[in-house]
Amino acid sequence: MNVHAHAAQRAQAAGISIQGIDLSYGATRVLKSVDLEIEPGEFFAFLGPSGCGKTTLLRLIAGFNVAQAGKVLVGGRDVSTLPPWKRDVGMVFQSYALWPHMSVRRNVAFGLEERGVRRAEVERRVEAALELVGLGHLADRKPSQLSGGQQQRVALARTVVVEPKVLLLDEPLSNLDAKLRVQMRRELLDLQRKLGLTTIFVTHDQEEANTICDRIAVLNEGVVQQVGTPMELYDRPVNLFVAGFLGTANILPGELKSSGGERVFAIAGGGGEVPLPRRELPPMGAKLMFRPQNAAIVPASAPATAGRTRLMGRVSHCEFLGGTVRYVVKIGAAEMLIDVAHQAGEPLLDHGRDVAVDLAVDKLCYLAS
Amino acid sequence: MTAFSTAYSSGAASASSRVRPGQTAALLLIAAFLVLFLVAPVAAVVVAAFRDKATGAFTLINFLDFLRTDLLVRSFWNSVSVSAMSVVLASVFALPLAYYTTRFEFRGAAIVQTLGVIPLIMPPFAGAVAMQLLFGRNGTVNLLLGEWFGINIPFMEGLNGVIFVQSVHYFPFILINLSASLRNIDRAMEEAAQNLGSSGLRLFRRIVFPLAMPGFVAGASLVFIKVFDDLATPLLLNVKDMLAPQAYLRITSIGISDPMGYVISVVLIAFSLVAMWLSTFAMRGKDYATTQRGGGGLAKRRMRRRDAVVAYAVIALVLLLVLAPHAGLALMSFATIWSYSPLPDAYTLKHYVAVFSDSGRYIWNTLLYASLAAGIDIAVGTAIAYLVLRTRVKAARWLDYTAMAALAVPGVVLGIGYLRTYYGVTLPNGQALATFWFVIVLALAVRRLPYALRACTAALQQVSQSLEEAAENLGATKMRTIRRVVLPLMTGGLVAGFVTSFATAAVELSATIMLVQSNADAPLAYGLYVFMQSPAGRGAGAALGVIAVLIVGVCTYLSHHIAERDRAAKSETGARRQ
Repeated sequence: MNVHAHAAQRAQAAGISIQGIDLSYGATRVLKSVDLEIEPGEFFAFLGPSGCGKTTLLRLIAGFNVAQAGKVLVGGRDVSTLPPWKRDVGMVFQSYALWPHMSVRRNVAFGLEERGVRRAEVERRVEAALELVGLGHLADRKPSQLSGGQQQRVALARTVVVEPKVLLLDEPLSNLDAKLRVQMRRELLDLQRKLGLTTIFVTHDQEEANTICDRIAVLNEGVVQQVGTPMELYDRPVNLFVAGFLGTANILPGELKSSGGERVFAIAGGGGEVPLPRRELPPMGAKLMFRPQNAAIVPASAPATAGRTRLMGRVSHCEFLGGTVRYVVKIGAAEMLIDVAHQAGEPLLDHGRDVAVDLAVDKLCYLAS
Repeated sequence: MTAFSTAYSSGAASASSRVRPGQTAALLLIAAFLVLFLVAPVAAVVVAAFRDKATGAFTLINFLDFLRTDLLVRSFWNSVSVSAMSVVLASVFALPLAYYTTRFEFRGAAIVQTLGVIPLIMPPFAGAVAMQLLFGRNGTVNLLLGEWFGINIPFMEGLNGVIFVQSVHYFPFILINLSASLRNIDRAMEEAAQNLGSSGLRLFRRIVFPLAMPGFVAGASLVFIKVFDDLATPLLLNVKDMLAPQAYLRITSIGISDPMGYVISVVLIAFSLVAMWLSTFAMRGKDYATTQRGGGGLAKRRMRRRDAVVAYAVIALVLLLVLAPHAGLALMSFATIWSYSPLPDAYTLKHYVAVFSDSGRYIWNTLLYASLAAGIDIAVGTAIAYLVLRTRVKAARWLDYTAMAALAVPGVVLGIGYLRTYYGVTLPNGQALATFWFVIVLALAVRRLPYALRACTAALQQVSQSLEEAAENLGATKMRTIRRVVLPLMTGGLVAGFVTSFATAAVELSATIMLVQSNADAPLAYGLYVFMQSPAGRGAGAALGVIAVLIVGVCTYLSHHIAERDRAAKSETGARRQ
């Protein structure tokens, strides 16, 4: 695989279109009218808690699951009715699924042999693929003689050597230890960029998805909750599930009210009122959400400035984390987390101290579940 | 043999820091038992084979004589080819059953797996006569074939008969091991191949079958050894030119001083060892159990209608074939006269009446011998397992290896060894020790010890060491801890081991046939063998056979039931602990 081959492949990278997929096991609906468009060459993640249907969706693309309704297009071609072995969709399994009775070389050669590639060509491409993942020197080992990270690389080489149209990764990092995981995710990203392969990455770890993926689809209970770049999902989640799944969120119940001709959000339990931005139209039953670092703690007596609002509360707990201090502040009946950057020598606020929580009105989100 | 590979991963335990006198006593007692009733007899056989008959000097002349005797060389090759063909035919029976039940979702998979094991719960020679009546030249099948198509298939002619009976009887070993291997393959193994463009038979040949190979080899080598060593089936089918029958005939007709019986015994042992070594060697480093984290084995698929028809047809055919001996035996036991006709002329209960009134002795002896042997096995097995796993007695390992070595000793060789070693030893009443009935019990115990030992080891491995330590911490002595904590927790495994040993000892014949001196001391299998020799005795023999099948069947069911219940109880406490 030389540079030109990579360029050629990138030019023909295939997009994936998932249209109206419904899938049930017996009475359990696992996927509910899922629609997704994945662009050619994109590094895309399916993110969600276990049991949300993300792996089912991935296996559906590979042909191991059959949907009751909807179709899957790869590179514009409907593959819904094709068996797995005719789809040309590369998948790396969570367990790697390296065949223990074959050497590393034979494992990697398998797909090419099944495609009837000439022997010399097979050997050449296997060498190249193993070089690509830096394992050329281990070609004659058996999989059981390799470390977890090496097995992972062999599984990758085995999949990309056949130059599939798209690459599917099923929780590829979950069997590695923490340090190796960080290293492997960089390698994965490098490899994906080098090959220009449209890639789908299934994970339940938001940090993994955030660090390497172009876009993420967040799934819960078989429904796509939101699709967007990691930053969009973090800053502008569309509902409470997405907000809570990506990072820490303060969520305050309350209700919308009119106060002196102006619309406000009154926090439950007497926590105070927050003015709504003019154009904001919160959904029914919405709750107020903001991130711990988007609030500041100021003395209770300081006046509010324009575009900001203030909630009165009391410090109930604090954790010194080094770079930041995480305060738990009680506002009305609710407790929320406020992160404050720590400056050298600055003392912590005492427990029980009355403070004001200062918020930028335009950084507040009103979300329904 | 993978099933018996010893696993001491827990390491020689650290519980007791020094060897206690009680442990040493147990070690010596068991060592004496093994030396007297396994090592010495086998050694006596080997020594006799290498000794000049007249002078007693070391010689190879006996082996040369073996090679010069056409009958023996022919017997050797007959034994090899019968064993090899039995493996082939047994694989033909086992493969479709294993494949269909593990790969497809269909009703009756569990029934197939259960029915497929039934042949094992019967002495193979008991079915041999029934098979003659069903498949012989003038048996049911050939009579019908002759009437309809005018053909006659020599299922049971000469060596064919031995191959047919043996493969029908022993194919479950392949079925069980192969099915277990197939079930242990993770479905991702198959999916990865499909993902890379492989499907159908190619996928089976390149991925599934190689991964199931260890199970197949384990089962096949077991079948090979069993057939090679079996004595009674060829004898009952009147095939004498095979090795094990030759060894028996030499000793019983010429006498225990004839060296050729010993030479044949050495050849039998050597062949068993080579077969076991080859299967272990071929499968070294190939533990392919690949299922992960409850991922479950290969994906089971629904059968299409066309597949289902083929599958059911194949399964029905195979099951009909392998259950034929049982059906035949049952028919025989109720038949008045059955010859030259597809079915018996009329039915009667008189054989059962005869068996219970005249031959109750056989049944009683069997129950006595088999339970004594199984009791010895469990006691010795538990003691060895405890010494190996929980004490620092280094020599205990050797007890384990020695006990397991009994696997390689054919029953007929052990019997010959006992005769050789203990014929000259007389009891106080003047009887030769070798002819004392208790020696039969000892032979049965030694033959079944390897299986019982593995059951005991597994049972002890499941008892966490901390449970023992907790008892000791609360003031219980070593002996009281074993009695009050370890043994109760091992009970399920031990009972299952006892029942299995009992059931297999009850139908064992190859060692006992050498040792039985009078009808009064004979167990059921021997009586069955004697009855089956004469056409007149066949009805009673069949009735005895049916009783044997029932005893073994009930025991097998019990052991399975106890093991299951034990497992359920253990997992319950496991769940509570979490």
